[in-house]
Amino acid sequence: MAETSRLRGILRLVEGPQTLGRGPKFWAGFALVLACACAYPMFADSYDVGNNVYFFNWLFMAMGLSLIWGYGGSLSFGQTAFFGIAGYCYGVLTINLGDAYGLTLLSLVMAVGFSAFFAAVLGYFLFFGRINGVFLGIVSLSVTLVLERFMAQTAGPQWAIGSARLNGFNGMGSMPSLTIPWPGGSIVLFPDLPLYYLTLALLVVVYLALRMLVNSRFGNVLVAIRENPQRAEMLGYDIRKFQLGAFVIGSSLAGLSGVLYTSWGNYITPASMGMTAAALPIVWVAVGGRGDLTTTLVGTLAVLIVFQMLTIYGSQYALIVMGVLLVVTVLVAPRGIVMGIVDASRRLFRRKEAR
Amino acid sequence: MTILETRKLNKHFGGLHVTGNVDFTLQTGEMHCLIGPNGAGKSTFFRLILGEHQPDSGQILFADEDITRAKPFQRIRKGISVKFQVPGIFKELSTRQNLVIALQHHVPAGDLTEEVDRLLEFLKLSQDHTQLAGNLSHGQKQWLEIGMAIALKPRLLLLDEPTAGMTPDETHATGEMLHRLNAEGMTVLAVEHDMAFVRQIAHRVTVLHLGKVFAQGSINEITADPRVAKIYLGEVHA
Repeated sequence: MAETSRLRGILRLVEGPQTLGRGPKFWAGFALVLACACAYPMFADSYDVGNNVYFFNWLFMAMGLSLIWGYGGSLSFGQTAFFGIAGYCYGVLTINLGDAYGLTLLSLVMAVGFSAFFAAVLGYFLFFGRINGVFLGIVSLSVTLVLERFMAQTAGPQWAIGSARLNGFNGMGSMPSLTIPWPGGSIVLFPDLPLYYLTLALLVVVYLALRMLVNSRFGNVLVAIRENPQRAEMLGYDIRKFQLGAFVIGSSLAGLSGVLYTSWGNYITPASMGMTAAALPIVWVAVGGRGDLTTTLVGTLAVLIVFQMLTIYGSQYALIVMGVLLVVTVLVAPRGIVMGIVDASRRLFRRKEAR
Repeated sequence: MTILETRKLNKHFGGLHVTGNVDFTLQTGEMHCLIGPNGAGKSTFFRLILGEHQPDSGQILFADEDITRAKPFQRIRKGISVKFQVPGIFKELSTRQNLVIALQHHVPAGDLTEEVDRLLEFLKLSQDHTQLAGNLSHGQKQWLEIGMAIALKPRLLLLDEPTAGMTPDETHATGEMLHRLNAEGMTVLAVEHDMAFVRQIAHRVTVLHLGKVFAQGSINEITADPRVAKIYLGEVHA
Protein backbone atom coordinates (compact mmCIF):
# COMPACT_ATOMS: atom_id res chain seq x y z
CA MET A 1 0.00 0.00 0.00
CA ALA A 2 2.74 2.38 1.05
CA GLU A 3 4.72 1.41 -2.03
CA THR A 4 1.80 2.10 -4.36
CA SER A 5 1.31 5.57 -2.90
CA ARG A 6 5.03 6.25 -3.15
CA LEU A 7 4.97 5.18 -6.80
CA ARG A 8 1.97 7.41 -7.39
CA GLY A 9 3.85 10.27 -5.72
CA ILE A 10 6.82 9.77 -8.04
CA LEU A 11 4.55 9.62 -11.11
CA ARG A 12 2.85 12.84 -10.03
CA LEU A 13 6.24 14.52 -9.88
CA VAL A 14 7.41 13.19 -13.25
CA GLU A 15 4.39 14.65 -15.05
CA GLY A 16 3.40 17.60 -12.92
CA PRO A 17 2.27 21.09 -13.90
CA GLN A 18 5.75 22.44 -14.63
CA THR A 19 6.55 20.05 -17.48
CA LEU A 20 5.01 19.58 -20.89
CA GLY A 21 4.01 16.08 -21.88
CA ARG A 22 1.85 13.81 -19.81
CA GLY A 23 -0.35 10.81 -20.25
CA PRO A 24 0.14 7.55 -22.14
CA LYS A 25 0.60 9.23 -25.54
CA PHE A 26 3.56 11.28 -24.40
CA TRP A 27 5.25 8.38 -22.64
CA ALA A 28 4.65 6.08 -25.60
CA GLY A 29 6.39 8.68 -27.76
CA PHE A 30 9.15 8.94 -25.20
CA ALA A 31 9.63 5.16 -25.22
CA LEU A 32 9.67 5.15 -29.02
CA VAL A 33 12.32 7.87 -29.20
CA LEU A 34 14.37 6.06 -26.58
CA ALA A 35 14.05 2.77 -28.47
CA CYS A 36 15.21 4.48 -31.68
CA ALA A 37 18.14 6.01 -29.80
CA CYS A 38 19.05 2.57 -28.43
CA ALA A 39 18.77 0.95 -31.87
CA TYR A 40 20.63 3.74 -33.66
CA PRO A 41 24.20 2.36 -33.24
CA MET A 42 23.15 -0.85 -35.02
CA PHE A 43 22.51 1.11 -38.19
CA ALA A 44 25.16 3.79 -37.93
CA ASP A 45 28.90 3.66 -38.38
CA SER A 46 31.27 4.18 -35.51
CA TYR A 47 32.03 7.81 -36.46
CA ASP A 48 28.35 8.78 -36.34
CA VAL A 49 27.91 7.02 -33.01
CA GLY A 50 30.84 8.96 -31.56
CA ASN A 51 29.52 12.16 -33.06
CA ASN A 52 26.16 11.60 -31.41
CA VAL A 53 27.89 11.18 -28.07
CA TYR A 54 29.40 14.62 -28.74
CA PHE A 55 25.87 16.04 -29.14
CA PHE A 56 24.66 14.25 -26.03
CA ASN A 57 27.52 15.74 -24.00
CA TRP A 58 26.16 19.26 -24.39
CA LEU A 59 22.60 18.40 -23.45
CA PHE A 60 23.39 18.29 -19.72
CA MET A 61 24.57 21.89 -19.79
CA ALA A 62 21.46 22.90 -21.76
CA MET A 63 19.13 21.26 -19.24
CA GLY A 64 21.03 22.94 -16.40
CA LEU A 65 20.57 26.33 -18.06
CA SER A 66 16.89 25.58 -18.59
CA LEU A 67 16.61 25.01 -14.83
CA ILE A 68 18.45 28.22 -13.90
CA TRP A 69 17.06 30.50 -16.59
CA GLY A 70 13.88 28.92 -17.93
CA TYR A 71 12.48 27.80 -14.60
CA GLY A 72 14.24 30.11 -12.15
CA GLY A 73 14.32 33.25 -14.30
CA SER A 74 18.01 34.00 -13.68
CA LEU A 75 19.94 34.38 -16.93
CA SER A 76 23.41 32.99 -16.38
CA PHE A 77 25.66 33.84 -19.30
CA GLY A 78 28.57 31.96 -17.80
CA GLN A 79 27.64 28.28 -17.71
CA THR A 80 30.77 27.50 -19.71
CA ALA A 81 32.84 28.57 -16.69
CA PHE A 82 31.64 25.47 -14.86
CA PHE A 83 32.06 23.42 -18.02
CA GLY A 84 35.69 24.51 -18.25
CA ILE A 85 36.45 24.18 -14.55
CA ALA A 86 35.15 20.61 -14.46
CA GLY A 87 36.90 19.75 -17.73
CA TYR A 88 40.29 21.01 -16.54
CA CYS A 89 39.73 19.47 -13.14
CA TYR A 90 39.07 16.09 -14.73
CA GLY A 91 42.19 16.47 -16.85
CA VAL A 92 44.45 17.37 -13.92
CA LEU A 93 43.07 14.60 -11.72
CA THR A 94 43.20 11.80 -14.28
CA ILE A 95 46.63 12.73 -15.63
CA ASN A 96 47.94 12.54 -12.07
CA LEU A 97 45.90 9.62 -10.80
CA GLY A 98 45.79 7.43 -13.92
CA ASP A 99 42.94 5.31 -15.15
CA ALA A 100 43.24 2.20 -13.00
CA TYR A 101 40.89 1.15 -10.15
CA GLY A 102 38.02 3.29 -11.39
CA LEU A 103 39.96 6.46 -10.58
CA THR A 104 38.63 8.17 -13.71
CA LEU A 105 35.12 7.74 -12.36
CA LEU A 106 36.23 9.17 -9.02
CA SER A 107 37.79 12.05 -10.95
CA LEU A 108 34.48 12.63 -12.73
CA VAL A 109 32.67 12.90 -9.42
CA MET A 110 35.35 15.16 -7.94
CA ALA A 111 35.45 17.41 -10.99
CA VAL A 112 31.68 17.85 -11.01
CA GLY A 113 31.83 18.40 -7.25
CA PHE A 114 34.46 21.08 -7.71
CA SER A 115 32.38 22.93 -10.29
CA ALA A 116 29.41 22.70 -7.89
CA PHE A 117 31.55 24.14 -5.10
CA PHE A 118 32.68 27.00 -7.35
CA ALA A 119 29.05 27.63 -8.34
CA ALA A 120 28.04 27.67 -4.67
CA VAL A 121 30.68 30.27 -3.80
CA LEU A 122 29.97 32.46 -6.85
CA GLY A 123 26.22 31.99 -6.49
CA TYR A 124 26.33 32.94 -2.84
CA PHE A 125 27.79 36.34 -3.66
CA LEU A 126 25.46 36.81 -6.63
CA PHE A 127 22.15 35.85 -5.06
CA PHE A 128 22.77 36.89 -1.47
CA GLY A 129 24.14 40.15 -2.88
CA ARG A 130 20.78 40.50 -4.68
CA ILE A 131 22.33 40.72 -8.13
CA ASN A 132 19.48 40.22 -10.56
CA GLY A 133 18.41 40.55 -14.16
CA VAL A 134 20.93 41.73 -16.69
CA PHE A 135 23.61 42.24 -14.03
CA LEU A 136 23.60 38.55 -13.26
CA GLY A 137 24.30 37.89 -16.94
CA ILE A 138 27.10 40.45 -17.02
CA VAL A 139 28.82 39.15 -13.89
CA SER A 140 28.56 35.50 -14.91
CA LEU A 141 29.84 36.27 -18.40
CA SER A 142 32.74 38.24 -16.91
CA VAL A 143 33.67 35.30 -14.71
CA THR A 144 33.88 32.89 -17.62
CA LEU A 145 35.87 35.37 -19.72
CA VAL A 146 38.32 35.95 -16.86
CA LEU A 147 38.76 32.19 -16.52
CA GLU A 148 39.36 31.89 -20.26
CA ARG A 149 42.00 34.67 -20.16
CA PHE A 150 43.63 33.11 -17.15
CA MET A 151 43.87 29.64 -18.67
CA ALA A 152 45.08 31.11 -21.97
CA GLN A 153 48.23 32.46 -20.30
CA THR A 154 49.24 29.20 -18.65
CA ALA A 155 51.55 28.15 -21.49
CA GLY A 156 54.84 28.09 -19.54
CA PRO A 157 56.24 24.97 -17.86
CA GLN A 158 55.68 26.59 -14.46
CA TRP A 159 51.93 26.15 -15.04
CA ALA A 160 51.62 22.52 -14.11
CA ILE A 161 49.73 20.70 -11.39
CA GLY A 162 51.65 17.51 -10.61
CA SER A 163 52.42 16.01 -13.97
CA ALA A 164 49.55 17.82 -15.73
CA ARG A 165 50.67 20.76 -17.89
CA LEU A 166 47.94 23.36 -18.42
CA ASN A 167 49.40 24.38 -21.80
CA GLY A 168 47.84 27.81 -22.17
CA PHE A 169 45.87 28.54 -25.31
CA ASN A 170 46.80 25.23 -26.91
CA GLY A 171 44.77 23.42 -24.31
CA MET A 172 45.33 20.39 -22.18
CA GLY A 173 45.37 16.97 -23.78
CA SER A 174 46.28 13.32 -23.24
CA MET A 175 44.06 12.77 -20.25
CA PRO A 176 42.67 9.23 -20.13
CA SER A 177 39.08 8.53 -21.11
CA LEU A 178 36.57 7.38 -18.54
CA THR A 179 37.41 3.78 -17.68
CA ILE A 180 35.21 1.28 -15.90
CA PRO A 181 37.14 -1.38 -13.97
CA TRP A 182 35.85 -4.80 -15.00
CA PRO A 183 36.97 -8.32 -14.13
CA GLY A 184 38.95 -9.58 -17.10
CA GLY A 185 39.95 -6.15 -18.39
CA SER A 186 38.82 -2.57 -17.88
CA ILE A 187 36.30 -1.04 -20.27
CA VAL A 188 37.74 2.13 -21.73
CA LEU A 189 34.94 4.45 -22.85
CA PHE A 190 36.18 5.64 -26.23
CA PRO A 191 33.62 7.52 -28.33
CA ASP A 192 31.96 4.29 -29.34
CA LEU A 193 29.14 1.95 -28.29
CA PRO A 194 29.74 1.69 -24.51
CA LEU A 195 30.16 5.46 -24.11
CA TYR A 196 27.09 6.05 -26.30
CA TYR A 197 24.91 3.88 -24.08
CA LEU A 198 26.38 5.25 -20.87
CA THR A 199 25.80 8.87 -21.93
CA LEU A 200 22.31 8.04 -23.16
CA ALA A 201 21.48 6.36 -19.85
CA LEU A 202 22.84 9.35 -17.92
CA LEU A 203 20.76 11.64 -20.10
CA VAL A 204 17.55 9.75 -19.37
CA VAL A 205 18.30 9.67 -15.64
CA VAL A 206 19.10 13.40 -15.48
CA TYR A 207 16.06 14.30 -17.60
CA LEU A 208 13.66 12.33 -15.40
CA ALA A 209 15.31 13.55 -12.19
CA LEU A 210 15.02 17.16 -13.33
CA ARG A 211 11.36 16.62 -14.27
CA MET A 212 10.79 15.43 -10.72
CA LEU A 213 12.72 18.37 -9.30
CA VAL A 214 10.82 21.07 -11.21
CA ASN A 215 7.47 19.53 -10.27
CA SER A 216 8.41 19.27 -6.61
CA ARG A 217 7.84 21.91 -3.95
CA PHE A 218 11.28 23.25 -4.79
CA GLY A 219 10.29 23.62 -8.45
CA ASN A 220 7.03 25.34 -7.50
CA VAL A 221 8.94 28.01 -5.60
CA LEU A 222 11.47 28.31 -8.43
CA VAL A 223 8.81 29.19 -11.03
CA ALA A 224 7.14 31.47 -8.49
CA ILE A 225 10.42 33.40 -8.21
CA ARG A 226 10.61 33.64 -12.01
CA GLU A 227 7.05 34.99 -12.16
CA ASN A 228 7.19 37.43 -9.27
CA PRO A 229 10.14 37.39 -6.85
CA GLN A 230 8.55 39.89 -4.48
CA ARG A 231 5.37 37.84 -4.14
CA ALA A 232 7.41 34.66 -3.65
CA GLU A 233 9.34 36.29 -0.82
CA MET A 234 6.11 37.62 0.67
CA LEU A 235 4.85 34.06 0.88
CA GLY A 236 7.63 33.43 3.36
CA TYR A 237 10.26 31.87 1.07
CA ASP A 238 13.90 32.84 1.35
CA ILE A 239 14.19 33.16 -2.43
CA ARG A 240 17.97 33.54 -2.35
CA LYS A 241 18.35 29.94 -1.16
CA PHE A 242 16.15 28.60 -3.93
CA GLN A 243 18.00 30.62 -6.58
CA LEU A 244 21.30 29.41 -5.23
CA GLY A 245 20.09 25.81 -5.16
CA ALA A 246 19.00 25.93 -8.80
CA PHE A 247 22.24 27.64 -9.78
CA VAL A 248 24.38 24.98 -8.13
CA ILE A 249 22.41 22.09 -9.65
CA GLY A 250 22.38 23.68 -13.12
CA SER A 251 26.08 24.51 -12.94
CA SER A 252 26.95 20.98 -11.82
CA LEU A 253 25.25 19.77 -14.98
CA ALA A 254 27.42 22.17 -16.98
CA GLY A 255 30.34 20.60 -15.11
CA LEU A 256 29.14 17.12 -16.07
CA SER A 257 29.05 18.23 -19.72
CA GLY A 258 32.61 19.51 -19.30
CA VAL A 259 33.90 16.21 -17.93
CA LEU A 260 32.12 14.11 -20.55
CA TYR A 261 33.41 16.38 -23.32
CA THR A 262 36.98 16.28 -22.01
CA SER A 263 36.90 12.51 -21.65
CA TRP A 264 35.27 12.14 -25.07
CA GLY A 265 37.94 14.08 -26.94
CA ASN A 266 40.80 13.76 -24.41
CA TYR A 267 41.15 17.48 -24.80
CA ILE A 268 40.04 20.80 -23.24
CA THR A 269 41.00 24.34 -24.20
CA PRO A 270 40.40 27.81 -22.75
CA ALA A 271 38.28 28.59 -25.84
CA SER A 272 35.60 26.32 -24.35
CA MET A 273 34.99 29.11 -21.82
CA GLY A 274 35.27 32.03 -24.28
CA MET A 275 32.68 34.45 -25.59
CA THR A 276 31.46 32.27 -28.44
CA ALA A 277 31.27 29.16 -26.31
CA ALA A 278 29.41 31.09 -23.59
CA ALA A 279 26.84 32.47 -26.03
CA LEU A 280 25.96 29.19 -27.72
CA PRO A 281 24.12 27.55 -24.77
CA ILE A 282 21.90 30.64 -24.60
CA VAL A 283 21.00 30.13 -28.28
CA TRP A 284 20.28 26.40 -27.88
CA VAL A 285 18.06 26.88 -24.88
CA ALA A 286 16.26 30.00 -26.13
CA VAL A 287 15.54 28.49 -29.54
CA GLY A 288 14.01 25.30 -28.18
CA GLY A 289 12.02 26.87 -25.36
CA ARG A 290 13.84 27.43 -22.10
CA GLY A 291 10.72 27.15 -19.98
CA ASP A 292 10.47 23.39 -20.41
CA LEU A 293 12.99 20.57 -20.15
CA THR A 294 11.67 18.61 -23.12
CA THR A 295 11.58 21.54 -25.54
CA THR A 296 15.06 22.47 -24.34
CA LEU A 297 16.31 18.97 -25.15
CA VAL A 298 14.68 18.83 -28.59
CA GLY A 299 15.73 22.38 -29.48
CA THR A 300 19.31 21.96 -28.32
CA LEU A 301 19.79 18.72 -30.22
CA ALA A 302 18.33 20.25 -33.39
CA VAL A 303 20.45 23.41 -33.15
CA LEU A 304 23.61 21.39 -32.45
CA ILE A 305 23.05 19.22 -35.52
CA VAL A 306 22.29 22.21 -37.76
CA PHE A 307 25.30 24.08 -36.37
CA GLN A 308 27.61 21.17 -37.15
CA MET A 309 26.21 20.82 -40.66
CA LEU A 310 26.81 24.53 -41.25
CA THR A 311 30.31 24.41 -39.79
CA ILE A 312 31.32 22.26 -42.75
CA TYR A 313 30.89 25.38 -44.88
CA GLY A 314 32.76 27.64 -42.46
CA SER A 315 32.44 28.09 -38.73
CA GLN A 316 32.12 31.88 -38.91
CA TYR A 317 29.05 31.61 -41.17
CA ALA A 318 27.58 29.06 -38.81
CA LEU A 319 27.96 31.51 -35.93
CA ILE A 320 26.23 34.24 -37.90
CA VAL A 321 23.35 31.87 -38.59
CA MET A 322 23.18 31.12 -34.84
CA GLY A 323 22.96 34.85 -34.11
CA VAL A 324 20.20 35.30 -36.68
CA LEU A 325 18.38 32.30 -35.25
CA LEU A 326 18.48 33.85 -31.78
CA VAL A 327 17.16 37.20 -33.02
CA VAL A 328 14.39 35.53 -35.04
CA THR A 329 13.41 33.41 -32.04
CA VAL A 330 13.22 36.42 -29.75
CA LEU A 331 11.09 38.32 -32.27
CA VAL A 332 8.84 35.54 -33.58
CA ALA A 333 8.58 32.98 -30.79
CA PRO A 334 9.92 34.50 -27.56
CA ARG A 335 9.07 31.35 -25.62
CA GLY A 336 11.10 29.24 -28.07
CA ILE A 337 10.45 27.70 -31.47
CA VAL A 338 9.72 24.16 -30.26
CA MET A 339 7.47 25.63 -27.57
CA GLY A 340 5.78 27.74 -30.28
CA ILE A 341 5.11 24.64 -32.37
CA VAL A 342 3.68 22.85 -29.32
CA ASP A 343 1.39 25.84 -28.57
CA ALA A 344 0.25 26.13 -32.20
CA SER A 345 -0.55 22.42 -32.50
CA ARG A 346 -2.50 22.57 -29.24
CA ARG A 347 -4.57 25.47 -30.54
CA LEU A 348 -5.22 23.62 -33.78
CA PHE A 349 -6.21 20.49 -31.87
CA ARG A 350 -8.60 22.44 -29.66
CA ARG A 351 -10.18 24.16 -32.64
CA LYS A 352 -10.76 20.79 -34.30
CA GLU A 353 -12.30 19.46 -31.10
CA ALA A 354 -14.55 22.50 -30.86
CA ARG A 355 -15.90 21.73 -34.33
CA MET B 1 -3.53 42.87 23.41
CA THR B 2 -1.35 44.75 20.96
CA ILE B 3 -0.34 42.82 17.86
CA LEU B 4 1.57 45.54 16.03
CA GLU B 5 3.28 48.60 17.37
CA THR B 6 5.58 51.16 15.78
CA ARG B 7 7.63 53.50 17.94
CA LYS B 8 8.86 56.78 16.52
CA LEU B 9 9.24 55.27 13.06
CA ASN B 10 11.22 57.49 10.71
CA LYS B 11 12.05 57.10 7.05
CA HIS B 12 13.36 59.70 4.68
CA PHE B 13 14.47 59.54 1.07
CA GLY B 14 17.08 62.24 0.59
CA GLY B 15 15.59 65.37 2.13
CA LEU B 16 12.03 64.06 1.98
CA HIS B 17 10.62 62.79 5.28
CA VAL B 18 8.13 60.15 4.21
CA THR B 19 7.24 59.01 7.70
CA GLY B 20 8.06 61.10 10.75
CA ASN B 21 7.97 59.66 14.27
CA VAL B 22 5.00 57.43 13.58
CA ASP B 23 3.63 55.92 16.79
CA PHE B 24 0.97 53.44 15.89
CA THR B 25 -0.67 50.53 17.70
CA LEU B 26 -2.96 47.87 16.39
CA GLN B 27 -4.99 45.62 18.70
CA THR B 28 -5.42 41.90 18.10
CA GLY B 29 -8.69 41.15 16.33
CA GLU B 30 -9.10 44.68 15.03
CA MET B 31 -10.03 45.72 11.50
CA HIS B 32 -8.19 48.95 10.99
CA CYS B 33 -8.06 51.23 7.96
CA LEU B 34 -5.28 53.62 7.09
CA ILE B 35 -6.39 56.59 5.01
CA GLY B 36 -4.83 59.82 3.88
CA PRO B 37 -4.28 61.86 0.75
CA ASN B 38 -1.76 60.81 -1.90
CA GLY B 39 1.80 61.12 -0.66
CA ALA B 40 0.75 60.77 2.97
CA GLY B 41 3.26 57.95 3.47
CA LYS B 42 0.79 55.06 3.64
CA SER B 43 2.59 52.76 1.23
CA THR B 44 5.99 53.55 2.76
CA PHE B 45 4.56 52.75 6.19
CA PHE B 46 3.42 49.38 4.80
CA ARG B 47 6.81 48.70 3.31
CA LEU B 48 8.46 49.48 6.61
CA ILE B 49 6.20 47.00 8.39
CA LEU B 50 7.01 44.38 5.74
CA GLY B 51 10.74 45.04 5.84
CA GLU B 52 10.99 46.11 2.21
CA HIS B 53 12.35 49.42 3.49
CA GLN B 54 14.54 49.79 6.54
CA PRO B 55 13.60 52.66 8.87
CA ASP B 56 16.20 55.35 9.60
CA SER B 57 15.19 55.22 13.22
CA GLY B 58 12.44 53.78 15.38
CA GLN B 59 11.16 50.34 16.21
CA ILE B 60 8.59 47.90 14.91
CA LEU B 61 7.14 45.32 17.30
CA PHE B 62 5.02 42.38 16.22
CA ALA B 63 3.34 40.50 19.05
CA ASP B 64 5.81 42.16 21.47
CA GLU B 65 8.80 40.96 19.46
CA ASP B 66 11.17 43.47 17.88
CA ILE B 67 11.16 42.79 14.12
CA THR B 68 12.79 46.05 13.02
CA ARG B 69 15.79 44.26 11.52
CA ALA B 70 14.07 41.04 10.40
CA LYS B 71 14.09 40.18 6.69
CA PRO B 72 10.76 40.28 4.81
CA PHE B 73 10.39 36.49 4.56
CA GLN B 74 11.15 36.15 8.28
CA ARG B 75 8.35 38.58 9.11
CA ILE B 76 5.97 36.57 6.92
CA ARG B 77 6.93 33.41 8.80
CA LYS B 78 6.16 35.14 12.10
CA GLY B 79 2.56 35.63 10.98
CA ILE B 80 2.29 38.76 8.83
CA SER B 81 0.87 38.47 5.32
CA VAL B 82 0.27 41.03 2.59
CA LYS B 83 -1.79 41.75 -0.48
CA PHE B 84 -0.20 44.35 -2.71
CA GLN B 85 -1.91 47.20 -4.50
CA VAL B 86 -1.10 45.88 -7.97
CA PRO B 87 -2.08 42.20 -7.95
CA GLY B 88 1.11 40.28 -7.16
CA ILE B 89 0.22 36.93 -8.63
CA PHE B 90 2.09 34.38 -10.74
CA LYS B 91 0.53 35.20 -14.10
CA GLU B 92 1.92 32.34 -16.16
CA LEU B 93 0.80 29.71 -13.66
CA SER B 94 -2.69 28.33 -13.17
CA THR B 95 -4.96 29.71 -10.46
CA ARG B 96 -4.64 26.39 -8.65
CA GLN B 97 -0.85 26.44 -8.87
CA ASN B 98 -0.79 29.96 -7.40
CA LEU B 99 -2.61 28.70 -4.34
CA VAL B 100 -0.53 25.51 -4.15
CA ILE B 101 2.63 27.60 -3.88
CA ALA B 102 1.12 29.67 -1.09
CA LEU B 103 -0.23 26.65 0.79
CA GLN B 104 2.59 24.13 0.40
CA HIS B 105 4.46 25.95 3.15
CA HIS B 106 2.48 24.50 6.00
CA VAL B 107 0.04 22.00 4.48
CA PRO B 108 1.25 18.38 4.18
CA ALA B 109 1.31 16.97 0.64
CA GLY B 110 -1.60 14.61 1.30
CA ASP B 111 -3.99 17.41 2.30
CA LEU B 112 -2.86 19.95 -0.28
CA THR B 113 -5.47 19.24 -2.99
CA GLU B 114 -8.31 19.36 -0.48
CA GLU B 115 -7.06 22.63 1.06
CA VAL B 116 -6.67 24.23 -2.38
CA ASP B 117 -10.22 23.18 -3.34
CA ARG B 118 -11.56 24.66 -0.11
CA LEU B 119 -9.77 27.94 -0.69
CA LEU B 120 -10.85 28.09 -4.35
CA GLU B 121 -14.44 27.76 -3.22
CA PHE B 122 -14.03 30.45 -0.57
CA LEU B 123 -12.64 32.79 -3.26
CA LYS B 124 -15.36 31.79 -5.76
CA LEU B 125 -12.64 30.71 -8.18
CA SER B 126 -13.44 26.97 -8.36
CA GLN B 127 -14.56 27.18 -11.98
CA ASP B 128 -11.39 28.94 -13.07
CA HIS B 129 -8.89 26.73 -11.27
CA THR B 130 -7.10 25.61 -14.45
CA GLN B 131 -7.12 29.12 -15.97
CA LEU B 132 -3.81 30.98 -16.12
CA ALA B 133 -3.87 33.56 -13.34
CA GLY B 134 -2.95 36.27 -15.86
CA ASN B 135 -6.22 35.61 -17.74
CA LEU B 136 -8.50 36.20 -14.74
CA SER B 137 -10.60 39.36 -14.47
CA HIS B 138 -9.14 42.19 -12.41
CA GLY B 139 -11.42 41.51 -9.45
CA GLN B 140 -10.63 37.81 -9.57
CA LYS B 141 -6.89 38.59 -9.58
CA GLN B 142 -7.39 40.72 -6.47
CA TRP B 143 -9.26 37.87 -4.80
CA LEU B 144 -6.65 35.36 -5.85
CA GLU B 145 -3.97 37.44 -4.21
CA ILE B 146 -6.06 37.86 -1.07
CA GLY B 147 -6.40 34.07 -1.17
CA MET B 148 -2.64 33.63 -1.40
CA ALA B 149 -2.19 36.03 1.50
CA ILE B 150 -4.71 34.30 3.76
CA ALA B 151 -3.44 30.83 2.74
CA LEU B 152 -0.53 31.49 5.09
CA LYS B 153 -3.02 31.71 7.97
CA PRO B 154 -1.51 34.98 9.16
CA ARG B 155 -2.23 36.62 12.47
CA LEU B 156 -2.02 40.01 10.76
CA LEU B 157 -3.20 40.65 7.21
CA LEU B 158 -1.98 43.81 5.47
CA LEU B 159 -4.02 44.96 2.49
CA ASP B 160 -2.84 47.75 0.21
CA GLU B 161 -5.95 49.09 -1.54
CA PRO B 162 -7.61 45.68 -1.75
CA THR B 163 -10.59 46.91 -3.75
CA ALA B 164 -8.79 49.12 -6.28
CA GLY B 165 -10.45 48.63 -9.66
CA MET B 166 -13.24 46.41 -8.32
CA THR B 167 -16.93 46.86 -9.15
CA PRO B 168 -19.17 47.94 -6.24
CA ASP B 169 -20.51 44.37 -5.98
CA GLU B 170 -17.01 42.92 -5.87
CA THR B 171 -15.98 45.52 -3.30
CA HIS B 172 -18.91 44.61 -1.07
CA ALA B 173 -18.18 40.89 -1.43
CA THR B 174 -14.56 41.55 -0.48
CA GLY B 175 -15.73 43.36 2.66
CA GLU B 176 -17.88 40.38 3.60
CA MET B 177 -14.96 38.05 3.00
CA LEU B 178 -12.83 40.12 5.36
CA HIS B 179 -15.53 40.10 8.03
CA ARG B 180 -15.58 36.30 7.88
CA LEU B 181 -11.80 36.14 8.22
CA ASN B 182 -11.88 38.62 11.07
CA ALA B 183 -14.49 36.51 12.85
CA GLU B 184 -12.01 33.63 12.68
CA GLY B 185 -9.46 35.78 14.53
CA MET B 186 -7.45 37.50 11.81
CA THR B 187 -6.36 41.08 12.46
CA VAL B 188 -6.63 43.30 9.38
CA LEU B 189 -4.83 46.51 8.50
CA ALA B 190 -5.85 48.04 5.18
CA VAL B 191 -4.88 51.10 3.19
CA GLU B 192 -8.01 52.19 1.39
CA HIS B 193 -9.48 55.16 -0.45
CA ASP B 194 -13.03 53.90 -0.90
CA MET B 195 -14.85 55.38 2.10
CA ALA B 196 -17.88 53.12 1.65
CA PHE B 197 -15.57 50.15 1.99
CA VAL B 198 -13.83 51.71 5.00
CA ARG B 199 -17.25 52.19 6.61
CA GLN B 200 -18.11 48.55 5.83
CA ILE B 201 -15.06 47.02 7.49
CA ALA B 202 -13.16 49.38 9.81
CA HIS B 203 -13.47 49.30 13.59
CA ARG B 204 -10.97 52.12 13.79
CA VAL B 205 -9.42 54.49 11.26
CA THR B 206 -6.06 56.24 11.25
CA VAL B 207 -5.45 59.25 9.04
CA LEU B 208 -1.89 59.75 7.87
CA HIS B 209 -0.88 63.17 6.58
CA LEU B 210 2.59 64.26 5.49
CA GLY B 211 4.09 61.16 7.12
CA LYS B 212 2.50 61.73 10.52
CA VAL B 213 -0.51 60.35 12.36
CA PHE B 214 -3.03 63.14 11.87
CA ALA B 215 -6.16 61.72 13.43
CA GLN B 216 -7.46 58.46 14.84
CA GLY B 217 -10.91 57.20 15.79
CA SER B 218 -14.05 55.49 14.58
CA ILE B 219 -15.18 56.15 11.02
CA ASN B 220 -17.92 58.45 12.28
CA GLU B 221 -15.47 60.50 14.35
CA ILE B 222 -13.10 60.77 11.41
CA THR B 223 -15.71 61.81 8.87
CA ALA B 224 -17.10 64.35 11.33
CA ASP B 225 -13.65 65.89 11.85
CA PRO B 226 -13.50 69.10 9.78
CA ARG B 227 -9.65 69.04 9.78
CA VAL B 228 -9.66 65.66 7.97
CA ALA B 229 -11.97 66.99 5.30
CA LYS B 230 -9.65 69.95 4.86
CA ILE B 231 -6.46 67.93 4.32
CA TYR B 232 -8.15 66.09 1.49
CA LEU B 233 -8.80 69.53 -0.04
CA GLY B 234 -5.24 70.62 0.70
CA GLU B 235 -5.87 73.34 3.25
CA VAL B 236 -4.14 71.98 6.35
CA HIS B 237 -0.41 71.44 6.71
CA ALA B 238 0.84 69.51 9.72
